Parts: sequence; C-alpha cells; structure tokens
Amino acid sequence: MIMARRLTAFLFSMFFAAAVHAADNSPVPHLDIGKGGQCVEPDHTLMRKTHMNLLKHQRDETMRKGIRGQKYSLAECVECHAGQKTNSVLGSNEAFCQGCHAYAAVKLDCFECHANKRKVTAEASK
Amino acid sequence: MNETNLDRRDFLAKSSVGLAGLAIAPGMLLYDLAHGRPLGEAASNKVRWGMLIDNNKCESGCTDCVTACNTENGLSGGTKPTDSQWIRKVQLKDNFTGRISSLPMMCQHCEHPPCVDVCPTQASFKRADGIVLVDKHTCIGCRYCVMACPYQARSFVHEVLTDQKPEVPRGKGTVESCTLCVHRIDKGETTACAEACAKAGHNAILFGDLNDPESAIAKRIRAVTSTQIRADLGLNTGVRYEGI
Repeated sequence: MIMARRLTAFLFSMFFAAAVHAADNSPVPHLDIGKGGQCVEPDHTLMRKTHMNLLKHQRDETMRKGIRGQKYSLAECVECHAGQKTNSVLGSNEAFCQGCHAYAAVKLDCFECHANKRKVTAEASK
Repeated sequence: MNETNLDRRDFLAKSSVGLAGLAIAPGMLLYDLAHGRPLGEAASNKVRWGMLIDNNKCESGCTDCVTACNTENGLSGGTKPTDSQWIRKVQLKDNFTGRISSLPMMCQHCEHPPCVDVCPTQASFKRADGIVLVDKHTCIGCRYCVMACPYQARSFVHEVLTDQKPEVPRGKGTVESCTLCVHRIDKGETTACAEACAKAGHNAILFGDLNDPESAIAKRIRAVTSTQIRADLGLNTGVRYEGI
C-alpha cells in the first residue's frame, strides 16, 4: 500500500514536472520589445494580425502621393521596437520583427531595403 | 425700405471684405504648397520641381555635389559599372574653341519620362509634383528603364546592401536613380547637391518650383537662355542647363 502511494506520488510529480518542463520549452517567442510603450493601435491582437496591411496601405500613400508623417510608419516601428542592446529589429530570435517572423515562418523582406536600426541609439535618446 | 437698403449695403461691404480675405487665403495656400507643404498632404501638380544648372559657375574638378548625393542617399561612391551613381560630373570639350567645362548629370525628371513609358509593372512613375521615382516595392529589376533613359541616369543594385539610410531605402534587384532628394523636399528643404554647391560657393545649382512665377528658378529661366539636354526628344526635362 505504501509502495502504491509512493508510486502514485512519484508518477504525479513526474507528470507535473513534465508539464512545467513543456511550458518552459514551448516555442512561444520571447521578444525584446525595445522601448515598447503605447503602440499606434492599443489592441495588440489587431497589430499582430493586420500590421502588414496597415504598413502596405501607408507605404503606397507615401511612395506614390508623398503623404508623410502618418500613423503607420515602418521607421516608427523600428524607432520603438528596435532592441535596447542591439538597436535593431533583426539579428536574433529575440529581436522584435525577426523573432516573431521566425516563429510564424513568414518571410520578412522589408529590411532588405529599409533600415533595421533606429537612427539614434537608445542610450543617446535618454 | 431705407433701413433694409442700408443693411444690404452693410452686408455687401462686409461680405466683400470677407471675399478679399478668401482671395488672399488661397494665394497664401499656393505659396505654402510651393515651399514645403504640410505633413500628411499629398504632392500637388500645382508644383513642378526642377533645377537650373549654370555651366559657367560649375567648377571643373569640383565634385561636391556628387559627394553630397552619395552621403545623403547612402551610396558607396564607387564608379564601377555595377556601382550606383545617381549623379555624375561630365566633362565637355568644345573641339572648335577648345573650351573645357563640366556639369553634373543626373535624372532630368522629364515631364514625359521614357522610363515610365516602358516600365512593365508601373514601378517607375512620375509623382504629381514632377519628380520621377522608382517604387521599389513593385520594381522587378527588368532594367527596361535603364535602357530607355536617354541620360543614362538609372542604376541597378547588383549586390545585397546593408546599413541603408532610414529615409532612403535601397535594395538588391531594383533600379534606382536621383530622387531629387524627395525626402528633403517633402520637409521643405532643398536638394543635397544644390546645398553642397552653394556651400562650396559656386551656386551653380538652383533648385525650385518651375510653376511658381515668383520663384528664383522661374524668374531665372524667364530671364536667361537655358537648354534642355536632348531637347529634340520633347521630354520637357525638369533639370535645365545654362551656358552650354
């Protein structure tokens, strides 16, 4: 009886340990969100789902019509979300853009042309 | 009856003052458009940006405009066939008189640009204010425009680039050329080459709005003879030259 209890306890502890272990190793990206703070859209889910559409719409307005200084700007994304240490949204799977795109397996080609670093370092702007 | 008439007169007098105010306001608005429009407003076809380059003032051997362009737009400054050059210094020699002079050559920002005509994806386009640009989001790098341009103003990016300027995105597989410093113009500033030329004390490059009769460039092209290079093509270039 004692053995059975011990076995049950052992099995339970193994189960919980495995569960905790799984949570630690889950592939959810752990991102350095840079300066962070208030995003242009307060709803994070909306940004996760539609940031590409917002950017694409505004890029055409800026490129074709010359409308600048609007809400959704790639340069502003980089300005807020470039890593505090790396100063870039690329470079590792903790970087804001690269980390999530690697997780979602979506090719990220904005930064083949656009600057991935913020203009001034985070330290200098403080 | 009299009172009514007085009221009417009063009304007319006041409304005419109001109309005069309105008449001034659109005038001022036009002036504002010509010299840096507000952020968030689209480029207008009331403006046509252009440059007048005075060949007599352009110093042979001076390459300040080229250097300023390279620095502003993050170009390498190389002159190999595979390097991007948005502006070049060209030397001219008149074989008869022996006069040697030089001038900067870049995208001429044509009114009827051949590069726009040939582009299969409409990536090469002319903005409302006369600036000819490449939308690299839609450019497929076919280089038809490079062939079509009579001024050899376009370059193709052959290699992967890093550390581009935030205002000047550039990348492999796309065609590029002088943007007339569109990011500066949209802030109400002048082009990098014109600024560098003035800084060097030559003042050979005059930048401004060709459509504004009061602008320095419009006054100058009204007063002196200026030439379009390959005027025979009827492209009506935005960049004009004086003294060639």
